[in-house]
Amino acid sequence: MGFKLVFLWTDIALYVLALALAGYVWHVRRQPTLQANWKKVMHDPAALSAGVVLLLFAGVAALDSVHFRRALAPAAPGGQVYYDTRTISLLDLALARQVEMREPTYSAPLATHGFSKESVNVGGQTVREFPRLAFGGAHLRDPQREWAGDVARRAALGALGGAAVFALVLLVTAMVLRRSHGSTRQALRDIAADRTTYPLRAMAATLGVVCLLGGAVVSLMGHYHVFGTDRTGNDVLLLALKSVRTAFVIGGLSTLATLPLAVVLGILAGYFKGWVDEVIQYFYTLLSSVPNVLLIAACVLMVQVFLDKNPEMFETGAERSDLKILLLCIVLGVTGWATLCRLVRGETLKLRELEYVQAATAFGVGHARIMARHILPNVMHLVLITTVLSFSELILYEAVLTYVGVGVDPGTSSFGSMINLARSEMSREPAVWWQFAAAFVFMVALVLSANLFADGVRDAFDPRSRSFRPRLGRGRPHAAG
Amino acid sequence: MTSYLLRRLGYALLILVGVNLVTFFLFFTVNTPDDMARLNIGGKRVTQEQIDKWKAERGYDKPLYWNDKAQGTDKLTQTIVWERSVSLMALEFGRSDARNAVDIGHEIKVRMGVSLTLAVPVFILQLIVSTVFALLLVFFRHTRIDFWGVVLCVLMLSISALFYIIVGQYLFARVLRLVPISGYAPGLDAVKFLVLPVLLSLLSRLGSEARLYRVMLLEEVGKDYVRTARAKGIAEHWVLMRHVLRNALIPIITSAGAYLPYVFLGSLVFESFFGIPGLGTFVIEAISGQDFAIVRSMVFLGAVLYIASYVLIDLAYTWVDPRVRLES
Repeated sequence: MGFKLVFLWTDIALYVLALALAGYVWHVRRQPTLQANWKKVMHDPAALSAGVVLLLFAGVAALDSVHFRRALAPAAPGGQVYYDTRTISLLDLALARQVEMREPTYSAPLATHGFSKESVNVGGQTVREFPRLAFGGAHLRDPQREWAGDVARRAALGALGGAAVFALVLLVTAMVLRRSHGSTRQALRDIAADRTTYPLRAMAATLGVVCLLGGAVVSLMGHYHVFGTDRTGNDVLLLALKSVRTAFVIGGLSTLATLPLAVVLGILAGYFKGWVDEVIQYFYTLLSSVPNVLLIAACVLMVQVFLDKNPEMFETGAERSDLKILLLCIVLGVTGWATLCRLVRGETLKLRELEYVQAATAFGVGHARIMARHILPNVMHLVLITTVLSFSELILYEAVLTYVGVGVDPGTSSFGSMINLARSEMSREPAVWWQFAAAFVFMVALVLSANLFADGVRDAFDPRSRSFRPRLGRGRPHAAG
Repeated sequence: MTSYLLRRLGYALLILVGVNLVTFFLFFTVNTPDDMARLNIGGKRVTQEQIDKWKAERGYDKPLYWNDKAQGTDKLTQTIVWERSVSLMALEFGRSDARNAVDIGHEIKVRMGVSLTLAVPVFILQLIVSTVFALLLVFFRHTRIDFWGVVLCVLMLSISALFYIIVGQYLFARVLRLVPISGYAPGLDAVKFLVLPVLLSLLSRLGSEARLYRVMLLEEVGKDYVRTARAKGIAEHWVLMRHVLRNALIPIITSAGAYLPYVFLGSLVFESFFGIPGLGTFVIEAISGQDFAIVRSMVFLGAVLYIASYVLIDLAYTWVDPRVRLES
């Protein structure tokens, strides 16, 4: 069966982002000071564990960023090939069974029966009862008796499988460490006692938990809806996984969109001072004096009208909602550069008075060259810290914006739209709580790990912030200080 | 001092003119008044006559930036940008674009009071609660309490405000039935409607604020004068209260001030969740109704409030820190 690759705008942007990251890694390898800072990040157990979780989420987002359209069976042999109007991703392909497991309506997590009573025909008589689900627990003959045992067995088997994967990873790691630790056995012992160069024990613990939980979920999700289904019967776990990409797109691309404006204008303002500084300061004060959400709302309304006026620009619905996300990211970027710009300007003001910049000026080096060679590399730590910090903020922000009605398309699955729907579900009697719970679990896991990682990065690159870390065991509070 | 204030006010005025023009460009370069008319009248088949009538009723029938037909200065003043922007600078908001054409100024006057009953207690309590929490963490620094307190802060700031609201509403209003789920009543009755939103608003921001204030306080704790105070034998809690807190108040007030526009944003979500008829709900309704006149007025009003709050913070500065008074 043929297929046609589809490159959505956000896909391309994400690929570029990944390339840029790879480029940065390559750059770090050649710069001893940068390398030392990143090693500090790796020495932080919380940051390292958070990094593991972030990587997993990034993997899901990456799978969900390769889009294509399937070829439809041709009407006649040799006839023209038409492609499905639905755009699907590799993640959809991997979770094809989840996509197909569509129930008529709500069902609770791991349920075998529907959530609300319906009229069912039993032996010629119409009875009001909870209908059996089409997929959830459909393999059970007598759900009432078999359900608990079946769920427990599958969960245990899955967890066992997860544990096996985990053990394998651990063993391979120990074998890699064999040379520096004497033997594989010694390496394992050292990991357990936290005597390794990097805090591998914390990393292993995180991975262990992820493997156990993930194994159980994977083994259950083929036969049950682990997080239940939503109003239209879609698997909530699938929705949550699809929302991860949206979160990454918003978090990553919006931050990326702020960078050019913030860095270029910040350096220009700090370097040239005088009227350039005045004008740039005027613009960022102007921007930051408008409450963000209103400015974004205003911009998104513009975008909306533009999209409505030009419907011919898009081949499929996916392309349309995708462009909307991209434009939202750009809007978030253009409205959000003020803070970073202020920081960069301040740092540049300090840097330009330093001796080596003065020396460069005395040698007759041009302005552009000084800014690119001497100033830019020295403000990059600010850029990095701000970028990782704002990543999690933007994910939280997306939820609020979508709630207000200026976020992503209602058709795009995102944490914001999940919460939005969950709001009305929670006021039902009895409450439908699982979509809310799923959004909560995934969002907190993502944002918390992003925050912990960001803290690690900040502590490594900004020595000042390190002294404010909470530490244990430094004696009585009065003595320290 | 007076010249300093005057300079600040002059700059503020310049910023407001900028905000005004920027929003105008934003709205009218992408949309023509014809688009707006079509949007507001609704329906697929809208005749040109209907559009012209709509535009005439709302004063959108003039050129945008330059009126060729007029004479003298009227070339400038007989335009949409002039009529719509100059009146806005005088805080005359006019009527909304929607069919019922409410008087925006009147709505704002009524709703502003309602919004303030929510925003003011939140702002004051927030400052107190977060500072006290941060002070506790600093008092117990380098102990388990500090460590787990910061962990709790990070956890709390990783949770979206929407979760606090939905869980809080479910728990306190539906299960425990302590307060009404949503709604509003004027006067003292408002208290029972406002308790929950105020409480949840505090909770939702406690994590990030307390962590920030903790760092600011710790920065002061490390300074020499604090060591001197300790050397004189003053008890630790007195050092914190009398010396550290007093000096850390400046950065704390600044950062709280930076949060003032977010009081606005926060109440946007909180108001609409709790059905409080303040400015937040007004904006959300305008956004979903695509009413540009209201959105633009609110953008402008937001900027006015923000700038006003900044001038106030400057004043608070001079009150807290005599050095600022000397410099000006």
